[in-house]
Amino acid sequence: MNQSRFTFPRWTNLALPATIVIGMTAPLYIAIVVAYGFSPQATDVGYMPEQPIPFSHQLHAGELGMDCRYCHNTVEYTQHAAIPPTETCMNCHAQIHPESEKIKPLYESYTTGMPIEWVRVHDLPQYSYFNHSAHVTRGVSCVECHGRVDTMEVVYQHETLSMGWCLECHRDPDPHIRNPDLVTQLAWGLDMSGAERLENSALWRTHNNLQPSEDCSTCHR
Amino acid sequence: MTTLQSNQFCNTNEDPRNRPQLIRNHTDFGSVTDDILKGNDAARPPKSWWFALAISFSMMSMLGVLIGYLIVTGVGVWGNNNPVMWGYPIVNFVFWVGIGHAGTLISAILFLFRQKWRTAINRFAEAMTIFAVICAGTFPGIHVGRVWLAYWLFPIPNQMDMWPQFRSPLLWDVFAVGTYFTVSLLFWYLGMIPDLATMRDRATTKVKQIAYGVFAVGWRGSMRHWHRYERAYLLLAALATPLVLSVHSVVSFDFAVAQLPGWHTTIFPPYFVAGAIFSGFAMVMTLAIPARELWGLKNFITMRHLENMCKIILFTGSLVGFAYSMEFFIAWYSGELYESFTFINRAFGPYGWAYWIMVSCNVVTPQIFWFKKARNSIVIMFTASLFVNVGMWFERFVIVVTSLANDFLPSSWGIFEPTWVDVMTFFGSFGLFMTFFLLFIRYLPVLAIAELKAVMPAADPHGHGHSYNEMTPETDAQAALAEEDE
Repeated sequence: MNQSRFTFPRWTNLALPATIVIGMTAPLYIAIVVAYGFSPQATDVGYMPEQPIPFSHQLHAGELGMDCRYCHNTVEYTQHAAIPPTETCMNCHAQIHPESEKIKPLYESYTTGMPIEWVRVHDLPQYSYFNHSAHVTRGVSCVECHGRVDTMEVVYQHETLSMGWCLECHRDPDPHIRNPDLVTQLAWGLDMSGAERLENSALWRTHNNLQPSEDCSTCHR
Repeated sequence: MTTLQSNQFCNTNEDPRNRPQLIRNHTDFGSVTDDILKGNDAARPPKSWWFALAISFSMMSMLGVLIGYLIVTGVGVWGNNNPVMWGYPIVNFVFWVGIGHAGTLISAILFLFRQKWRTAINRFAEAMTIFAVICAGTFPGIHVGRVWLAYWLFPIPNQMDMWPQFRSPLLWDVFAVGTYFTVSLLFWYLGMIPDLATMRDRATTKVKQIAYGVFAVGWRGSMRHWHRYERAYLLLAALATPLVLSVHSVVSFDFAVAQLPGWHTTIFPPYFVAGAIFSGFAMVMTLAIPARELWGLKNFITMRHLENMCKIILFTGSLVGFAYSMEFFIAWYSGELYESFTFINRAFGPYGWAYWIMVSCNVVTPQIFWFKKARNSIVIMFTASLFVNVGMWFERFVIVVTSLANDFLPSSWGIFEPTWVDVMTFFGSFGLFMTFFLLFIRYLPVLAIAELKAVMPAADPHGHGHSYNEMTPETDAQAALAEEDE
């Protein structure tokens, strides 16, 4: 047929099917993009760097039942929960397994005086202010943010640490509150039913008059 | 085409029996199309068009450069500083949004009221609206400081769980202006479809055929097309009508909801709407007068159209004047110390000069339109419309700056001084506006061709000997009267 009487070239007939195909694939595309956004790959959940010494929290905090505060001793008083110096480890390891191959770097550090270069797992951005003491002394347990560290052979990031995740608790603290004396008891409360846990949380929240702030300047100072 | 002997464009006679037709010197449809699209059909636009475009485009480029400078350097390049944090960007935003208001008023409200004269000016008043809202939207966008985060203005779900403050009128503004832009754009485009099809059918090059063809969305002018088109147009007009009142009301909430003296008043919404329509019509006039000269549209945008606009400007200008005096009255009547101080300070304080520019341009100038001679003089009305544009910019300047500069606490008073970047950015926004407008009159149907035909007598043939086509277009008496008016 003579094409010249048509203004639009023949390939423009593809516009309709193309629109339909794009329209149908768009939801799939959006679903994939959103799913990726929530995936651990994007949120860093599960980040588990290799440490200079294969220190096992599972052994120390779990089996041996050491309190978190024995090593992270500033957590109740300062913004930062201290990473213990070599000397803290040596309190025990001067006597225990001094010959072990695994803690060789510890002895090296002790004799040379050069600190062990632990790799940071939980890394908040510089523009967000977080204070450990403000949380643990008000009954927010370590487990709420760090997960069951007492069962981790190697520590990994358990939560997204995103702003939305912070706000979730700031907007509705229950059931994340407990008796401040029990904050380092990571397994505490697991045997409670959901309702009991909520009730307990509300009790301590009221008792300590907790009103978490949602102002921008609380965290972005 | 029947051309009348005397080439006069005056049809402003108040007595409809002696008033010549709304559309001058045309008795048939074909010549109307030819005449309106003359400028678009011409192989080359006139020199004056190129000249105007060159100026506008340079100003627009300057705007782009200045915005780039702002983004790279930070908002410190502006005069905005404590206590006047809003400064020029917000003044310009309110100024441009206000100008946008005439478009919807003409296209929606005058349409619903069956004001036939609107057909000659609605298309480019709507275009003006859209371009003005684009200019307006630019300013809050760059005023946020971190331009790359401007999308935070919108409530988009995000992993931060962070939302705009829903109790803040600034967010309502985002919705109001967004809605307004969307509806205006749809209305403008929908109204243009039959005319785009006309341009498609007249197009001489393949590129034009395809471009207009795409935007004419397959319009063939069938009875069904017209039926659906007119329904949709009516519905959109009804939807757009509340926007005429709501958008600038919401803009006024930006001020009225705050506690600042001079801002915190209930008169603001109606006062802002009147001011918006006032400034919008002034801008329509500022554009229409050169456009009808440049594009040869005097047969369509006649003296009667201009006179009607003069009357609206007179009316809304007086409303605005009334609002100014009410503000003073309430400041005194309330017995409120800060409120009284603010208004006395506005008129006689450090920004008194701006206040009196505002009053003389907005209240005094339009009063000249009480005289028919002024309403029929191109020179006077063009000058007056320019004055009104200036005055309405100063109104926003006075509102924004004086209240912020001198609020409750004398220790935190300050004087706002714009920088050269402030001033040039504002002028640059005119470049953006005019560039769009010039491209519009060259490449799109500048008047609503199809609608114009519907208000001609030829659209209403009687078939028994006295339709417009078959009788003398104007009696000698009418022509003589019309000439007198000229």
